[in-house]
Amino acid sequence: MTLINTSPDPVDEAGARKLPAGFGAGRTRTKSTPMGAKARYRIGNVITTIVLSLGAVIMIAPLLWTLSSSLKTREGVFQLPPQWIPDPFVWDTYARIWTAGPLLSGIQNSLIVASTVTIVGSVASSLAAFAFAKMRLPYKNAVFLALLAGLMIPFPTLMIPQFMMFSRMGWVDTLLPLIIPGLFGNIIMIFFLRQYLSNIPDSMIEAAKIDGAGYLQIFGKMILPLIRPAIAAQFILWFMAVWNDYLAPIIYLNSPEKQTLQLVIASFNARYAIQTDYPLIMAASFVALVPVLVIFLVFQRQIIESIALTGSKG
Amino acid sequence: MAHARADAPAGTSSAATIVPGGAPRNPAGISSTPPPPRPKRPRLHRREHLVAAAFVAIPVVGFLVFTLYPLGYSFYASLTSWNGLSDPQFIGLKNYVTMAGDPYFRKALFNTFFLMIGIPIGLILSLVLALALNRKMAGTTFFRTIYYIPVISSLAAIAILWQWAYNGDFGLVNQALGLVGIDGPNWLMDKDTVKPALIIMSVWKGLGYSMLLYLAAIQSVPRSLYEAASLDGANAFQQFRSITLPMVRPVTFFLVVTSIIGGAQIFIEINIMTPTGGPEFSSASVVWYIWQKAFENLQMGYASAMSIVLGLIVFVITAIQFRVNARNSFSVD
Repeated sequence: MTLINTSPDPVDEAGARKLPAGFGAGRTRTKSTPMGAKARYRIGNVITTIVLSLGAVIMIAPLLWTLSSSLKTREGVFQLPPQWIPDPFVWDTYARIWTAGPLLSGIQNSLIVASTVTIVGSVASSLAAFAFAKMRLPYKNAVFLALLAGLMIPFPTLMIPQFMMFSRMGWVDTLLPLIIPGLFGNIIMIFFLRQYLSNIPDSMIEAAKIDGAGYLQIFGKMILPLIRPAIAAQFILWFMAVWNDYLAPIIYLNSPEKQTLQLVIASFNARYAIQTDYPLIMAASFVALVPVLVIFLVFQRQIIESIALTGSKG
Repeated sequence: MAHARADAPAGTSSAATIVPGGAPRNPAGISSTPPPPRPKRPRLHRREHLVAAAFVAIPVVGFLVFTLYPLGYSFYASLTSWNGLSDPQFIGLKNYVTMAGDPYFRKALFNTFFLMIGIPIGLILSLVLALALNRKMAGTTFFRTIYYIPVISSLAAIAILWQWAYNGDFGLVNQALGLVGIDGPNWLMDKDTVKPALIIMSVWKGLGYSMLLYLAAIQSVPRSLYEAASLDGANAFQQFRSITLPMVRPVTFFLVVTSIIGGAQIFIEINIMTPTGGPEFSSASVVWYIWQKAFENLQMGYASAMSIVLGLIVFVITAIQFRVNARNSFSVD
């Protein structure tokens, strides 16, 4: 499998302006139509840009609206026609959210769950991927397929017995039920790392073995540096998924100070909608959006590349 | 570290190759023992098997404990009357019979499938978007980022802000509709508009993801195909139909399967935007109803039965998709 080019230099639009060299040598290259293919392509670009811009406005408007609403006065939110720029700016809302609900502990809890799961789980996943891709083990492909098949089972089918398991251990209303299952690794990550590893020649590993390296040594000194980009991308994606998770937290966590961030903002939404304190809800939601947004903008290239790989697996 | 973990799983998974009397600590010690029949490679491999089994054991144990066992237990619980506090009472298939006659379950099932209308809409839109972004022009990276932002955003936060956007009097959606002279409904409070509202939101949220996968697929189509086609006089639309569409088929397949699996489990937006299942139960999804029954009404047995049906539906849909797309299915190895 080859890495897909997602750099901002797309493949030439064929047909419209590309003719193979030497073809139609007698005439000028682009003069096949009255208007000239190149000019036509350019007009197409302008139209495309306009349509894409309109779409972009729709994509981003709800987010900007959230930000704008969070900075309005309580009454300003309901004003007609609506204000796009808050008048006056109420920065105070961003101070109030911290005392209006357990937002801070929500962030802490989400951080604890997401970072423990992804750090430990990534180690587990990479070791397993290494074994699945590069080590001899009878029936390893059958085992791998069984794990993959497990992906087809929806979480709601498993959640009731899982809940009872953790409830018998007395772990309900703790973060443990959210953390423990993730520590055993993530089959999606294993899948992609295994795929990535299959590009590494076996001879490299054989050579290291002949030189007397142990498997952990091979993994740490050789495999890990090679697959680090893949791990990083999967790590970020997984982190965002855990960070944004909602169904598992809502089942296990009851007391406000134990809740993860997503539950906290949902309870903000339920509680303050009655008091029509929309700026407060919007501010809390925006705060919940920001960390992942920042991660995305910083690691954009890696994230987009590894997502792009998703569809072309196999 | 590897040794400590090795002993438990190795016994089962590498049993086939164990050499009697082999000493795993001394894999290079062939010279000290008289040569038994073909001893060298199996014994070297045996140590590798142990280590590999240890590495693989971690996710396998996780799979057994957190997937396979709960799945089995779910089957069992679906045959019981169980409130989660006392022991489950075996009642045979009674839960399934109840389910067949439960109008709420049928409604929830219908709603869940209805909401999947967004899947083909999203796929078509995202393919068009991907084609647009594949053009050689400025700003494609910027647009790609913008369209992708809803994908990475937390669904809980998105649901909250769309709930507000759908507000009948002050919401962003009706404000925008007002600009073109349309008097929008109170989206989430009306049983006829709540599902379209949810569909629009899910298309909006998922667009960037499918767009990105399509874009990657389109960009990996060999350019020579298009060149050959244009030499043969194929116009842009013919090229799209005969080259692009077939070449992105694996992506379409992947997206259809994952969207259906995801769509069957729709819960978060329902739970946040219409906490009571919507007007006249018109937005309650299967997972929402399972969650309601299991954790609000403590009918764990009945909820388990519904969750098994959900699992079966997902399984059957996936299996059909694989069957239909057998030629394009992904091969592992």
